[in-house]
Amino acid sequence: MTGKKFEYAPAPESRAIVDLKPSYGLFINGEFVDPADGRAFKTISPATEEVLAEVSEAGKPDVDRAVQAARKAYDRVWSKMPARERGKYLYRIARILQERARELAVLESLDNGKPIRESRDVDIPLVAAWFFYYAGWADKLDHAGFGPSPRPLGVAGQVIPWNFPLLMLSWKIAPALAAGNTVVLKPAETTPLTALLFAEICQQAGLPPGVVNIVTGAGETGRALVEHPDVDKVAFTGSTEVGKMIARSTAGSDKKVTLELGGKAANIVFDDAPVDQAVEGIVNGIFFNQGHVCCAGSRLLVQESVYDEVLASLKRRLGTLRVGDPLDKNTDIGAINSAEQLARIRELSAVGEAEGAERWAPPCDLPDKGFWFAPTLFTGVSQAHRIAREEIFGPVLSVLTFRTPQEAVEKANNTPYGLSAGVWTDKGSRILWMAGQLRAGVVWANTFNRFDPASPFGGYKESGYGREGGRHGLEAYLDV
Amino acid sequence: MSDRIPVRKTYKLYIGGAFPRSESGRTYEVTDRKGTFLANAALGSRKDARDAVVAARKAFPGWSAATAYNRGQVLYRVAELLEGRRAQFVDEVVAGEGLSARRAEAVIDETIDRWVWYAGWSDKIAAIHGSSNPVAGPYFDFSVPEPTGVVAVLAPQGSSLLGLVSVIAPAVVTGNTVVVLASEQAPLPAISLSEVLATSDVPAGVVNLLTGRAAEVAPWLASHMDVNAIDLTGAPEQALELEVASADNLKRVLRPDAARDADWTIPPGLERLLAYLETKTVWHPIGV
Repeated sequence: MTGKKFEYAPAPESRAIVDLKPSYGLFINGEFVDPADGRAFKTISPATEEVLAEVSEAGKPDVDRAVQAARKAYDRVWSKMPARERGKYLYRIARILQERARELAVLESLDNGKPIRESRDVDIPLVAAWFFYYAGWADKLDHAGFGPSPRPLGVAGQVIPWNFPLLMLSWKIAPALAAGNTVVLKPAETTPLTALLFAEICQQAGLPPGVVNIVTGAGETGRALVEHPDVDKVAFTGSTEVGKMIARSTAGSDKKVTLELGGKAANIVFDDAPVDQAVEGIVNGIFFNQGHVCCAGSRLLVQESVYDEVLASLKRRLGTLRVGDPLDKNTDIGAINSAEQLARIRELSAVGEAEGAERWAPPCDLPDKGFWFAPTLFTGVSQAHRIAREEIFGPVLSVLTFRTPQEAVEKANNTPYGLSAGVWTDKGSRILWMAGQLRAGVVWANTFNRFDPASPFGGYKESGYGREGGRHGLEAYLDV
Repeated sequence: MSDRIPVRKTYKLYIGGAFPRSESGRTYEVTDRKGTFLANAALGSRKDARDAVVAARKAFPGWSAATAYNRGQVLYRVAELLEGRRAQFVDEVVAGEGLSARRAEAVIDETIDRWVWYAGWSDKIAAIHGSSNPVAGPYFDFSVPEPTGVVAVLAPQGSSLLGLVSVIAPAVVTGNTVVVLASEQAPLPAISLSEVLATSDVPAGVVNLLTGRAAEVAPWLASHMDVNAIDLTGAPEQALELEVASADNLKRVLRPDAARDADWTIPPGLERLLAYLETKTVWHPIGV
């Protein structure tokens, strides 16, 4: 091979399946409406900077209108409907999501920049699975372990991030509706399109008007929603910084709050781990979805005795990653979601170098247009370095070493975050010991970045509170 | 009546298994409901609160790693010792809360029984709140509850012993360690409880007890970056500012609830147990 990677012919997924409108309104009370003050913003493809569509920006009056619609739907329709009928609407939505899966996958990759392989094989199948799973809970809440006849909370205000736009929507809307709440959801400003397509799916499913409302906009829209006095429940996925702001602004209210925030997960490789598998897990851990993953394994902890071997293998593997067109089926790493995020990744990487860590990236041709960042790793990283402490939210891996399991635990837990962790070892008893010691909400042993609607997900410490997924995920939307 | 002068007790703080005075050197006068002097209690300070958090953090690894069976037995033994001191607690609750002796006896009965009730949850909560998760792939996937860490507890003001036990026991039984601020007006039963804890098998630092003013001490606990959760029950009028301060490190906050907190004799549910539990999910591939 003489160090040269195989050449692939381009294999682009057709975008003809997506029928983009030039502009989109807000989805309130079952229909698309214009915002009160007519403001709009553009959403672009991060891979080409091409404008995809114009999207309405919801102001305070629009958010108010959406919350009123959700309240009315809750009082008059959704809370009165027999639970099994509620469940059937969710099953319908799950089925339509499956029917339109390819369209959703292409649109997600267009708007977000993630590889079609991921949106097609991970995001969208999980979205359908999430609705299918929670559909079944709707008429079984009496048996969910929260006492007899647990009550829904009312209107849920939900704010989601741009890294898994439709998947995060499903994590929020499916359990909320199953538990009997109605929702107003704000997608991220850089990735609103699949949420708006989901609104169409709600229409196709015949979901009663007002049960799901989608308001597009940026931070101010989100703030208006979270602080709205008639919202009973706030669910947020995003940065720890914004999460703290929400915790402050909802303090003293009766709102139930769940927060799924940042992370700085340790991915710990012991000397008895099968190196090839571990390297695949490391790559999946940090380069999946361009590293735009709150639970990304952004701190690699390698046992000293296998450091050279693991690093050599990892570098070799990074050289084979294909960066480029998100719609190309061979692409491993797509576009960074926004210019703003790219600037942050660049800034923290520069800090990494300035603080003395050694930067390495494989030779990599990046497209001229759009937002791109080559898969990068830093060696010689100390625990005090900013790249070992702060969430970069990009394809940047910090490599540290350890000698003993105790030291690995100490280093892994040395962070204000506690969302996830990875452990690679062949020794079963050590896996279980490590799993017990790590202060993180999800521990992947000999795997990484696995998600399932039946499996609770969420953080310790400053990674937030509450769980999404499984029976535990219902608790966030019930008055218990 | 004999002319003998009784030997009075000095009421102190309980931190890390020891009984220090407040580092501030301050005390405040505790009286019964009629205003008769009972004792000078320590007026806890910011420094005392911080020392207590350090002690609680130090005790957390050991206590949370103890087997659930062990924690259950340790806490059950506390109930045994409480039973032996019934008369003392009845007297203190009569004095502190102004209850009739008969009513106070019922409260102490309930206190001891509640402690036993919570102690029994140690090795059962995981069965109720954990799960095996049927994921769509070749993975063994399970979720277990784990203690949050150090919990600051503002004990109820009105119910100085039953209320106190009702807020401490659910936090420690699952492996958390606590810093508790006792009822300001009636702190003496709490201090006597700490003497029970000190002479039982509860490891030093698992329960740390402060006396003093919530208005002064609670903000330091709420903003403390090494406290993982806070129970605001005892400070409803400060709840907003304390919850805001708690956001600094995203503490798990148990808000006061006037209806729930009005009558401590009502059997509790699982709310307080679950408030200080995290859920950890572990995945492992299945294969040959």
